[in-house]
Amino acid sequence: MVEGLYKKREDGRKFTDVRPMKAKVGIVPSADGSASFETGKTKAIAVVRGPRTLHPQHMQNAQTGILRVSYGMMPFSVEDRIRPGPNRRAEEIGKVTEWALSSVVDLSGFPNTVVDVFVQIPQADAGTRVAGINAAALALAHAGIPMKEMVSAIGVGKIDKTLVVDLDKYEDSLYHDGEGSTDIPIVLTSRTKEIALLQLDGKISVDEFKEVIELGKVACDDILKVQMDALKNAGDSTNG
Amino acid sequence: MGANGCQERIIRLSRTKIKMAKRQIVVPGETVVSGNEFLPGDGAYRDGNNVVANRYGIANIFEKHVRVVPVSGAYYPKRGNTIIGTIVDITFNGWLIDFGGAQNAFLPVAEVPRYVNKNEMAEFLNFGESVIIKVWDVKSRGVDASMKMRGFGKIEGGMIVSVGPNQVPRIIGREGSMVKMIKGATGCDVTVGQNGKVWISGKNTDNEVNARKIVEFIADNAVVVGLTEKVEKMIGDMGLKTSEVEVIAENTDEVSAE
Repeated sequence: MVEGLYKKREDGRKFTDVRPMKAKVGIVPSADGSASFETGKTKAIAVVRGPRTLHPQHMQNAQTGILRVSYGMMPFSVEDRIRPGPNRRAEEIGKVTEWALSSVVDLSGFPNTVVDVFVQIPQADAGTRVAGINAAALALAHAGIPMKEMVSAIGVGKIDKTLVVDLDKYEDSLYHDGEGSTDIPIVLTSRTKEIALLQLDGKISVDEFKEVIELGKVACDDILKVQMDALKNAGDSTNG
Repeated sequence: MGANGCQERIIRLSRTKIKMAKRQIVVPGETVVSGNEFLPGDGAYRDGNNVVANRYGIANIFEKHVRVVPVSGAYYPKRGNTIIGTIVDITFNGWLIDFGGAQNAFLPVAEVPRYVNKNEMAEFLNFGESVIIKVWDVKSRGVDASMKMRGFGKIEGGMIVSVGPNQVPRIIGREGSMVKMIKGATGCDVTVGQNGKVWISGKNTDNEVNARKIVEFIADNAVVVGLTEKVEKMIGDMGLKTSEVEVIAENTDEVSAE
């Protein structure tokens, strides 16, 4: 590994460690499907409603149902209050989540319908879009929506010259020394191990980029395990 | 008979269970079973040598036929289901019925058990009225319904209780034991729609409210082990009797009683 300025993580994790995770399905009994997913201090909840008839009618697709994702951070999710309501960033994250999930969800059996996924972030400490995608995948599965496979998501990045997995808020946006920080959210499908979403915020070399993707794949396996556990043990306490 | 008979029955049940199916909870993308001799059915697809789940539920392998039965989520209509819904539209040759599924069900005039004047269809079924119908056919574009058999028709009086579609098997109970118990104890007529709507109709409101309380209790405790005993106790606490019906031993670790 290259000698860099960033030698140790604040919370004592190794550079390739994921923050402690927690996942649960069935948190909203009145919905068709719901789930929560936490990594460290980041917490996401997702609620699925549908398939149901889509209105306005001109948005309907006669060949397949469509997926519609909305993402939002709650006003109290960060230290400064966030102005509630849609904004440019929330719209974009909702859209990329929708694209990532569309690659596994199969709604061809429900033409003219919509499946709504609502992702909310009650507590944010970086990596909210990947936590949101993990929660949304769980909620979709819990809603009984046909899916070819699951998806797991992780934020991988580079801090100065060091490659790190699962950046927290300090590493993501407050670290400015040396080469600064780079953040790469990766969404990986569970069976075919294909990349469903890949974004890049910052600078990184091609070789490092390849290495980052390998790190992400390893981390996604850990996340998948947590997701599977949440679904397999759901019957004990909930039946939403 | 008595306790001995119950025991015999349980043994017989568990034996048939082992023979017919191995049950396991599967996640989308998970291999249910490997081998080219297995056939993917509802909720499963083939990937090379493997049969893979494409939804979350209980894997059910019966004579090389692999199905995944959902344990949560919205109601998906199946042929032959009894459902309870409300009229949302009247077309020139039938009614559209909202039953809480992805699409509305269509009930043609021809599938109604009496003569209906096509110019005055609202005379028979008007907007907002509730009906008990049978799912005749499920297509990707909607559901065709029928009303032409005994037990189906327009709902008049009583009350409709909404529970989740996944709680329905517990309300019905093994071979209808639970619903028989409610009927016997309260004297109410109880019709369970597979879409999670329960119609209760009795001689007076007190009986109906009692039946509703029991139904809601079962729905809230659908995953509890030994539910039958708890319901019996609840009926006793209400000052009602369960003795009229013979209750068949219930296997409680069964999630779906199809």
